[in-house]
Amino acid sequence: MINFQYSRAGNVADAVSQMAASPGAKFVAGGTNLVDLMKMDVERPVKLIDVTRLPLDKVEETTTGGLRIGALVRNSDLAYHPLVERRYPVLSSALLAGASQQLRNMASVGGNLLQRTRCAYFYDIATPCNKREPGSGCSAIGGLNRMNAILGTSDACIAVHPSDMCVALAVLEAKVRVTGPRGEREIPFADFHRLPGDAPQRDTNLGADELITSIELPPRGFAANHTYLKIRDRLSYAFALVSVAVGLELEGGNIREARFALGGVAHKPWRKTEAEAALRGKAANEAAFTQAADLVLRDAKGFGHNTFKIDLARRAVVRALSQAARGTPQSQSSKKIA
Amino acid sequence: MTASEDDAGPNSPYPTRRAVVAGGVAVPIAMSLSSDATAQSAPSDGTPPAISVNLTVNGTRHALTLEARSTLLDVLREHLDLTGSKKGCDQGQCGACTVLINGRRVVSCLTLAVMQDGASITTIEGLAKDGKLHPLQQAFIDHDAFQCGYCTPGQICSAAGLIAEGKAKTPEQIRELMSGNICRCGAYTNIVAAIQQAMGQS
Repeated sequence: MINFQYSRAGNVADAVSQMAASPGAKFVAGGTNLVDLMKMDVERPVKLIDVTRLPLDKVEETTTGGLRIGALVRNSDLAYHPLVERRYPVLSSALLAGASQQLRNMASVGGNLLQRTRCAYFYDIATPCNKREPGSGCSAIGGLNRMNAILGTSDACIAVHPSDMCVALAVLEAKVRVTGPRGEREIPFADFHRLPGDAPQRDTNLGADELITSIELPPRGFAANHTYLKIRDRLSYAFALVSVAVGLELEGGNIREARFALGGVAHKPWRKTEAEAALRGKAANEAAFTQAADLVLRDAKGFGHNTFKIDLARRAVVRALSQAARGTPQSQSSKKIA
Repeated sequence: MTASEDDAGPNSPYPTRRAVVAGGVAVPIAMSLSSDATAQSAPSDGTPPAISVNLTVNGTRHALTLEARSTLLDVLREHLDLTGSKKGCDQGQCGACTVLINGRRVVSCLTLAVMQDGASITTIEGLAKDGKLHPLQQAFIDHDAFQCGYCTPGQICSAAGLIAEGKAKTPEQIRELMSGNICRCGAYTNIVAAIQQAMGQS
């Protein structure tokens, strides 16, 4: 690892001003992804600004009936927080589907949003990668792309966002609060992560000089009808081939509100308004779920090794919607798929 | 597993990890801990300064002067000669380097030591008390829960964290919450049995 300058931020304003004064610096919290990338020479920050001592580690109810999650809350603490388990179980489930308990004990919520892709070529500095080195080319297109994207890809990049937590946050329509030199702002979750387009080096719409301070969940938590279904090569501790987070509200046997998002298939958690709208007002049955799955995958495109993901995702969507409608969410310890 | 710097031989153009990290000093002392990141003797050639870090490891306080890039794993192994924590993958994927920081299990290979200033760290060397094995150590022996033993320090530290968390009740839950510790010998069945025995005693 190339050595670097190190400093600690005493408060949020200090963190932001230190960053403004240090081009090429990065904030560090859990470090589970950043330190790994630095060991691989993929990331070479000249300075790390340690934000772990900032007072951003609380989970609080908001005056509007939602939940404010401090950016430094550890993934494991959030997963087991009583309010999250009770009111937002899809978030708890998605968190427990990700990484290992050691990593969840380290990883912060803010850092989870900023994870880089695990595309093998992004990690391998001997190969071209537009995300790592803009303009150098994409080795995954025409290369080994089994883990890569099938939706929202571009000619420049077919990487996927690796987070499980973010797939649940997409369904919950969280808001990301950030602070920078120009003050505070709030970014709707759907606008936080980007599609690769012709600038795959930019994963998010967060400014390089901005710090995530909290994530806000609206009151609607889909506690009765939800699931997080993750399909992967190992039963635990592996990134998703395909994952699906679902939140439904049912009235009688009919769907009043439907949200679902896919992980492991795109450069960001993937939602399609049209597919969700198609479920509203329908009877919660396999015909409706299949139609929604077809809609969300209509424009999917495989790249060879990952083409199987299109069918896998279609079936996972139908299965996940069924689990949520039945009120039998996927367990993250029993691996039998309900 | 990828080749590590430890593989650098005498004819290698790369310095060995031991040579690189031996530049720091380790002195056990008793003193009040400061949370300031104190840069020491900033070199004039533009290289980042070494940093003063205080760590309590297995109950002993250490005042260290470290490069910012030193991982906790390297500090434990190379500065403090606590080689029980193992460097398996050095990428957070195998769990062999698991230690407890302030009672919580983490992978020490992805932990920067400077970020843990003031922390209390427990390694496999700190689990036995007064010459008596920790219940998990005894249980791993009772159940033959290892073959080559390389992953065992990480397995035991991870299991200590698991028991403290109190989230695993069934063998299924133990397996899931121990999934961050890989055993290439495949001793998983006996590891789960050992953890169940130790849980019954705690």
